[in-house]
Amino acid sequence: MAAVSIRNVKKHFGTTPVIHGVDIEIADGEFTVLVGPSGCGKSTLLRMIAGLEEISAGDIAIGGRVVNDVPPKERDIAMVFQNYALYPHMKVRDNMAFSMLLAKRPKAEIEARVMKAAGILGLDQLLDRYPRQLSGGQRQRVAMGRCIVRDPQVFLFDEPLSNLDAKLRVAMRTELKELHQRLKTTSIYVTHDQIEAMTMADQIVVMRDGIVEQRGRPLELYDHPENIFVAGFIGSPAMNFLPGTLKLGAGAAHVALAEGVTVPAPPKARGENGQKVIYGVRPEHLTMANGTGLPATVVVVEPTGADTQVFARVGGVEITAVFRERHAFHAGETISLAPDAGRSHLFDAESGKTLMEG
Amino acid sequence: MKQDDQKTEGMNFLESIPRRVVTLYIPLGIFVFVLLFPFYWMVVTSFKPNAELLSREGNPFWVIAPTLAHFEKLIFNTPYPEWMLNTVIVSVVATFASLFCSVLAAYAIERLRFKGSRITGLMIFLAYLVPPSILFIPLAAIVVKLGLFDSRWALILTYPTFLIPFCTWLLMGYFRSIPFELEECALIDGATRWQILVKIMLPLAVPGLISAGIFAFTLSWNEFIYALTFISSSEVKTVPVGVITELVEGDVYHWGALMAGALLGSLPVAIMYSFFVEYYVSGMTGAVKE
Repeated sequence: MAAVSIRNVKKHFGTTPVIHGVDIEIADGEFTVLVGPSGCGKSTLLRMIAGLEEISAGDIAIGGRVVNDVPPKERDIAMVFQNYALYPHMKVRDNMAFSMLLAKRPKAEIEARVMKAAGILGLDQLLDRYPRQLSGGQRQRVAMGRCIVRDPQVFLFDEPLSNLDAKLRVAMRTELKELHQRLKTTSIYVTHDQIEAMTMADQIVVMRDGIVEQRGRPLELYDHPENIFVAGFIGSPAMNFLPGTLKLGAGAAHVALAEGVTVPAPPKARGENGQKVIYGVRPEHLTMANGTGLPATVVVVEPTGADTQVFARVGGVEITAVFRERHAFHAGETISLAPDAGRSHLFDAESGKTLMEG
Repeated sequence: MKQDDQKTEGMNFLESIPRRVVTLYIPLGIFVFVLLFPFYWMVVTSFKPNAELLSREGNPFWVIAPTLAHFEKLIFNTPYPEWMLNTVIVSVVATFASLFCSVLAAYAIERLRFKGSRITGLMIFLAYLVPPSILFIPLAAIVVKLGLFDSRWALILTYPTFLIPFCTWLLMGYFRSIPFELEECALIDGATRWQILVKIMLPLAVPGLISAGIFAFTLSWNEFIYALTFISSSEVKTVPVGVITELVEGDVYHWGALMAGALLGSLPVAIMYSFFVEYYVSGMTGAVKE
């Protein structure tokens, strides 16, 4: 196990820059998730940590040792690929033993390690099968097993769950988290799915266009997003954004939205009178009000059983609300939605940065 | 599954017997007839006694009194067994040498990501397009200069000039269909380039290697121009050249022996194809399917 530090790392393919100076510190034993939309550079960064891509500038250190020029096999890492990359011509047992065979470890040790890893992952019965004879979830487990047998300093995961169906993905998510709690190996996990990030991570790094937008613990990102991008990316359904103008006057500060609607400004917001702002409120922080809230025209109602999602229009902007209780709205109806001011957000319209304190 | 069922059900109207006879069996029959008739002619002729062969009476498509005389003459009274041995040695050695070079070339072009690898691949293919009927003239000069004229080495070393481009091109396509991640994974597992090639790529490329091998073997087995020009002594001739040059004396064609020679000469290739036909097909349709 080891800490990983990424210091001002840059990457360009030819003349096209893809990563513009990224700094990330990953503590020993921590589960870090790199998340972001496709093309944000998260996979490239992971491949640079693995040694599969050259580092154009900056340093990557694993366990205090700068590994920029260290070949992949000497970095003491193991990687799970999106398509698992199991060797199709080898049985599960040989897939798992391959790295140790190359390292010329004694047979007894290889056997013992393979059996131990198979025991952890419940693969004992599958050791003599070929990858093509396994289901998606089983392949995923073999790919994990191949990493575990090596007992590396760092696990790297490149979207390992995206080839699984929805139900299995949730199950494997739990399994991976459990495994990490058990092995406590430093892990770096790449995904575009913010729910995976939220549920598994000790630390989330949100990336966009080759830069780190924010990093922190999952709930920190949820509660205190530093900018509109992070606010909109973390949380599902996504946060609602309403453009408006900040009004500071004699009374309580408020935000004037389109069509004469106003909402109270979040208590911790700081800004200037007349500043153009974006008011952000999560769907789960909207409640029904008796005529005192935002007047919203219902567009679509989606009951999921556990909750009710309502898509509505407020002054030309589409917003989403989620209610724990059931509502029988119908399209076209006007309802009144009250945002929870204490949990709302305010962003500067121009820079997209948060205007919230602390 | 369900969709498939519906699909075939929807296409069922195409499956009625008369329709299938017209659309499937008759065209297929004509095709097979045209393809196999020369082969049939060869077989029939090789078993016909000379009297029957040359008479204007009787049925030209059938043998009335089959005989092995032509085979006997071929095997005991001509250097045919030697030609056969030469052909086997030349084809096998040239095939393996070409495969070895092609594997290295194809892997390098596909996976080492060096500058100009695409162009190199294209140039190799262009080399294949130069017709042997032009190439044999400069090659003959080279062969003579190297002192290899009229030896098996002349053929073993010149056949790769068209085998390597062909096999390289075929294997490039095959290697391309093997996912990159497998190699990257092996790299992280601690394999060297050579180990990746030997332990990961080659086992997965076996069908491709077999089809390239079959092609190379067939091409060198049937090769004619180089064998005709670079060889003059009877004892180092190959089957195609030997049969034509020694079983035709002036304007006398020993039809029976000629056809028997052709028949024996085409058997090894036919047997090879039938053994590897499955690999051969999958070699043409890509590699790793998970």
